[in-house]
Amino acid sequence: MSIARKGKDLLRRVALTVNGTRHELELEPRELLVYVLRERLGLTGTTVGCDTSACGACTVLVGGESVKSCTMLGVQAEGFEITTIEGLATNGDLHPVQQAFHEHHALQCGFCTPGMVLAAVSLIESGGATDEEAIREGLEGNLCRCTGYHNIVEAVAAAAGVI
Amino acid sequence: MAVTETRETFVGTSVKRREDASFLTGRATFIDNLTLPGTVYMAVVRCPYPHARIASVNLDAARAAEGVVAAFSGADLAEDWKGSLPCAWAVTEDIKMPPHFPLAVEEARHQGDGVAVVIAESRALAKDAAELVEVDYEALDATADVERALEDGAPLVHADLGTNECYVWKLETDGVQAALDAADVVVTRRYVQPRLIPNAMEPRGVLAQVGPTGEATIWSSTQVPHILRFALQIVLGIPEAKIRVIAPDVGGGFGSKLDVYAEEALVIALATRLGRPVKWTEERSENYVATIHGRDTVHELTFAATKDGKITVVKSEAKCAMGAYLQLVTPGIPLLGAWIYNGPYDIPNYSVTFTGVFTHTTPTDAYRGAGRPEATYVLERTMDALAAELGIDPIELRRRNFITEYPAELASGLTIDSGDYHASLDRLLELLDLDSIRSEQTARREGGDTKLLGVGFSTYNEMCGLAPSRILGAIRYAVGGWDSATIRVQPLGSVQVVTGTSPHGQGHETSWSQIVGDQLGVALADIEVLHGDTAVSQLGMDTYGSRSLAVGGVALVHASEKIVDKARQIVSHQLEVSADDLEFADGTFRVKGSPEREMTIQAAAFQAHSAHNLPDGMEPGLEATATYDPPNFSWPGGAHAAVVEVDTETGDTRLVRYVAVDDVGAAVNPMIVEGQVHGGITQGIAAALWEEAVYDEDANLLTTTMTTYLVPTAAELPSFETDLTETRSPTNPLGVKGVGETGTIASAPAVINAVVDALSHLGVTDMQMPATPERVWRAIQEVEA
Repeated sequence: MSIARKGKDLLRRVALTVNGTRHELELEPRELLVYVLRERLGLTGTTVGCDTSACGACTVLVGGESVKSCTMLGVQAEGFEITTIEGLATNGDLHPVQQAFHEHHALQCGFCTPGMVLAAVSLIESGGATDEEAIREGLEGNLCRCTGYHNIVEAVAAAAGVI
Repeated sequence: MAVTETRETFVGTSVKRREDASFLTGRATFIDNLTLPGTVYMAVVRCPYPHARIASVNLDAARAAEGVVAAFSGADLAEDWKGSLPCAWAVTEDIKMPPHFPLAVEEARHQGDGVAVVIAESRALAKDAAELVEVDYEALDATADVERALEDGAPLVHADLGTNECYVWKLETDGVQAALDAADVVVTRRYVQPRLIPNAMEPRGVLAQVGPTGEATIWSSTQVPHILRFALQIVLGIPEAKIRVIAPDVGGGFGSKLDVYAEEALVIALATRLGRPVKWTEERSENYVATIHGRDTVHELTFAATKDGKITVVKSEAKCAMGAYLQLVTPGIPLLGAWIYNGPYDIPNYSVTFTGVFTHTTPTDAYRGAGRPEATYVLERTMDALAAELGIDPIELRRRNFITEYPAELASGLTIDSGDYHASLDRLLELLDLDSIRSEQTARREGGDTKLLGVGFSTYNEMCGLAPSRILGAIRYAVGGWDSATIRVQPLGSVQVVTGTSPHGQGHETSWSQIVGDQLGVALADIEVLHGDTAVSQLGMDTYGSRSLAVGGVALVHASEKIVDKARQIVSHQLEVSADDLEFADGTFRVKGSPEREMTIQAAAFQAHSAHNLPDGMEPGLEATATYDPPNFSWPGGAHAAVVEVDTETGDTRLVRYVAVDDVGAAVNPMIVEGQVHGGITQGIAAALWEEAVYDEDANLLTTTMTTYLVPTAAELPSFETDLTETRSPTNPLGVKGVGETGTIASAPAVINAVVDALSHLGVTDMQMPATPERVWRAIQEVEA
């Protein structure tokens, strides 16, 4: 298998906005968005937990919707506004979902947390977090191995105002 | 009248975690977030076959590829290894311990066995070039089946041993056979417990930097930085004193990072050769074959009992998969359960035999519970089988056999210091409302409903708080079970706490600050807890086996006592009163009868450092270290119940309720305790209903992703109902026992007992884990046929 690498002619110029900051990058076409965020922009809050788009650890908001950033190429993010975990708090104040995760002990090792928080933000903002069952179904793309989800569901319900 | 301020204690309260902020804002220090200037990246070429002879390795194309710095075969690096990757537990004198080097040279023995490495300027280039490595394999016969591996003519994992039998270990009291012969009833059951993949959300990773005089720093996603440090000397020959191991934020372990792995030695060897930092990040697909697995046992369990249900014998014979090599604790994992085959029950005659078996699979080692879930599963399943045999209610049978007097000396030789199994079970039944479940169960059965209800129980105990060093020595474990704490009160009163434990999600920074805050009477905000760096924490035995609080937490108390003692001498000297005339409470020393004469411990710390006016001969500074070796294991216990709904048409089983009542001794932080219980029971439930590493007949792993292995999501699980009963451990001053593994130990048998209960009226008496829709459906078809 021969994958074209480097070489100026193969790089694509891409403009994307991450956490409110516009970046112009020259990307290899094969670079996944998650690695663009982590390795090009140094935003390591977005973690990588698998290589089959199963775990959801790398979930970010693209145009306000939750996306597993390993399922998207960096070049596909052209023109989008992206929010990562680093951009969720405003002026040092935690987003209500971040705050609820802290209050409800919804994280232990913290590795799935950025993706889980952003998936929850998206679920709540889309109006999908209507009750416990809807929250559980809505988060099924995001795996956590520490919490058994109990406190995550409580935190999301609290942030959504449904408990 | 003097007013005495009473300050609430921190221990026992649900203080919110100080760890959370960095994870919630994306500023964690997981290994893959760290790089150093000049870092190069390692990719490992892994054998795709379960068993193969390595005829040749051609690295020419890889070495010529873009960005490649170097590439090495196993043979190329053979001289770098001064010793095998260590196994610390030679469980018997005649155990077979084949060597295990970081890369295979002539023969690969499981899928994922490392064969070569490529080092390149980026992760992607290393991976590209690894695909250009040409390995000429000659595939050999293999087996992943513990029973087949012991048959004559089975493919041998290590041909020179002439057998796949690694060891036979036995613990038996006198009179077992006589008691079996005299019994009214004997029940024997066979159980297959599947192989499990730990699936810590953070895959492993390592980064190493080696200086010009051989001083090595390694950042590793490890649970055991201290053990890793001396293991690396064994493998690499670098003196331990020149090795610094840093475990930064570690994204879960569950035992899978309680190990010494090939890649940890490889990155140091390569960083030494190349003079550049070398980093490796495991991909999940690699994790499924290159990080240890758990369980994979076949048990035969026998109970003998009287007609009225008094159990007189427990006898277990188990074949336990080791995998292809012995990792750090592989052969000892079954032994961690060896003393709890009686569980919370008083059983006078005891026999446990383990046969360790090599198979052509990823090595097994500690996975949450480690030996104790295996024991509890066969015990609690057989309790229900015996109850059915005798026509006694399963709850009543358990009650008739509970240990009720403490200290309880067990037939197996250990002593349970405390517990109250009836109390946990009583509380469980209060929460459960069993009568209404049974009515609903009956109504559905009588109404011909295709969705049947079942309720299953598990009453359990465990042996944790690993561990008294003398006992570890007696059972041939190579290292000690103590832990350490250093407390340093700084001149201006802030407190540094250095612990030998190495948390990776457990919240030690929060809980340890609560303990020290109470002991020294200082505010939580004044306390900083440091861990996970052998340059900072020189002494420690790390985090596994639900040991951290019951060992490392107790060390904090003893170090605090030394601090208070020294501060008392300083205050006594400065206030010119006898040390015996000083009372210490809430962080302040006060003169008895003259409480206005006082000095805080933080003020004493300033005096200790200015050293202008210390007692003659006293060394400046206010710092103390304590190492604590527990005199006994700790013994949590409790009662769990699962309620399941089984669809008789599809075999689909849903967990409807899960109720857990645990006695973990004193709870330092009830919020964190509850979180540990949630996570623990989820891993046991997952083993009961979904998770299984499936191999084909030729030992190829078929469940190679989190999706096919069925790591559960929120959608499959209910919310849990949990509570605590408390008997304080008299063994340690905190009264604590440990909570990391209780849920995993207790939950799998409760769930399977519930599945069997749902179908018992149809004649179903057994169900193998995991109770997949296919297994459940087939069980129903078989009894209906």
